[in-house]
Amino acid sequence: MYPQDLRYSSEHEWARVEDGRIRVGITKFAADRLSDVVFIELPAPGASVTSMQPFGVVESVKAVSDLYAPVSGTVVEVNTSLTETPEVVNTDPYGSGWMIVVDPKDLREFEQLMSREQYLTAIGEDGE
Amino acid sequence: MKQLRRTSLYDTHVAAGARMVPFAGWEMPVQYSGIVDEHRAVRTRAGLFDVSHMGEVAVTGPGARGSVQWLITNDAGRLRPGEGLYSPMCAAHGGILDDLTVFCLDEGRFLLVVNAATTAQDVRWISGQVSDAQADDRSEELALLALQGPRAAAILQRIARTDLATLRAFAMREGIDVGGVPAIVSRTGYTGEDGFEIVCPWDRAPAVWNSLVGAGRDDGLVPCGLGARDTLRLEAGFMLYGSDIDETTTPLEAPLAWTVKWDKGDFSGRAALAAQKARGVARKLVGFELLDRAIARPGYHLTSGGRTVGTVTSGTFGPWVNKSIGMGYVERAAAGTGTPLEADIRGKAARAVVVKLPFYRRMAGS
Repeated sequence: MYPQDLRYSSEHEWARVEDGRIRVGITKFAADRLSDVVFIELPAPGASVTSMQPFGVVESVKAVSDLYAPVSGTVVEVNTSLTETPEVVNTDPYGSGWMIVVDPKDLREFEQLMSREQYLTAIGEDGE
Repeated sequence: MKQLRRTSLYDTHVAAGARMVPFAGWEMPVQYSGIVDEHRAVRTRAGLFDVSHMGEVAVTGPGARGSVQWLITNDAGRLRPGEGLYSPMCAAHGGILDDLTVFCLDEGRFLLVVNAATTAQDVRWISGQVSDAQADDRSEELALLALQGPRAAAILQRIARTDLATLRAFAMREGIDVGGVPAIVSRTGYTGEDGFEIVCPWDRAPAVWNSLVGAGRDDGLVPCGLGARDTLRLEAGFMLYGSDIDETTTPLEAPLAWTVKWDKGDFSGRAALAAQKARGVARKLVGFELLDRAIARPGYHLTSGGRTVGTVTSGTFGPWVNKSIGMGYVERAAAGTGTPLEADIRGKAARAVVVKLPFYRRMAGS
């Protein structure tokens, strides 16, 4: 439920390096806690995001939560399909539930994110 | 922090994979498979809820009926043994102390089912208001389960030794054998579906629960948490005490004027409510839909042309009506069905429109 090739933030976002860019979404832990995601507000391509600052909002049946950027940079791609199928954030958080792709200012911010093991410790789970 | 209380079904919930959360001083299941899943199960098949955190207050004695009549705005005078009704209970100033279900067990015995968060203060209030009768808090000895949905009657009939077809809406029956456990069964609920509420001895609730789960397996019965209970009741247009109604609101401001029976004689809050009726209410609780992709949460402002005209009290995505819905108090001028409003969603205006409650009504005969 927590892939080895991702880095994780304390705000429950995941980040994956792809050709020097960072794909971002929320973790299975966050998706489960939110449950039943119904709307997602994301920035437009070209917007700037700042590490550990809100870049969007996710609304579930139960609650509203801010989305926090795991790294600073410029948004180069946005998952517009989430407008019509927000529920994939619950069912496929690391795949079709991705949210934005960021052209990072400084890849060192990515390196400072948590490993899978560190994140599992942070959320008190054993990874199963 | 005060220790959270647990119902007798706590272990059953945890074993079934429920997520437990604090609610009104209790540790309760908020969801099992998921709110939307459970919500749809109740609309199409059946769902089972543990609502043992709710309170039960017995009012007994020669003055029981008169006392209940004084306590509530609705008319308990017409209740025959085995009948029940819904009513607010108001303070002298007309504010709603609680909303409850009242059952007439027999002439000298009434049972009031009250909200969890208000049980203790209700018992104090009721005890101080009754005359020639006494109020007893039975909450610790009685558990409460709700079986709701179009398949509820068929499921319960398999294990209940009584003919449920003759149990009409808001009727109740005592001493029913439900899977070997003596229970009070009423045809009531909080979901907008046909269904039953089952009062049984506290420690026997797991037995009743397991019997119902077994009896409902082939019908697609699922255990449900308080999350789905909230989305179901909001779609059905039912008030949530503590959110939509409380001591600062009256039945005339809430859409509960139908529960205020002016021709039944005096009752607590009557003079204040009569005065409010004569001058007209300044605000009304209305239902609204959001036309933009957002959810108006409790506390958000409702505006008209940039001016604040009200406040949201409940808001969610209605999983069955498939719309963003909510309720809130607005100035009377903004309360008409069809009135365009905006909801202030964290600084952004989302388009909203006042709609008639409820958002969902089940088809007749289903």
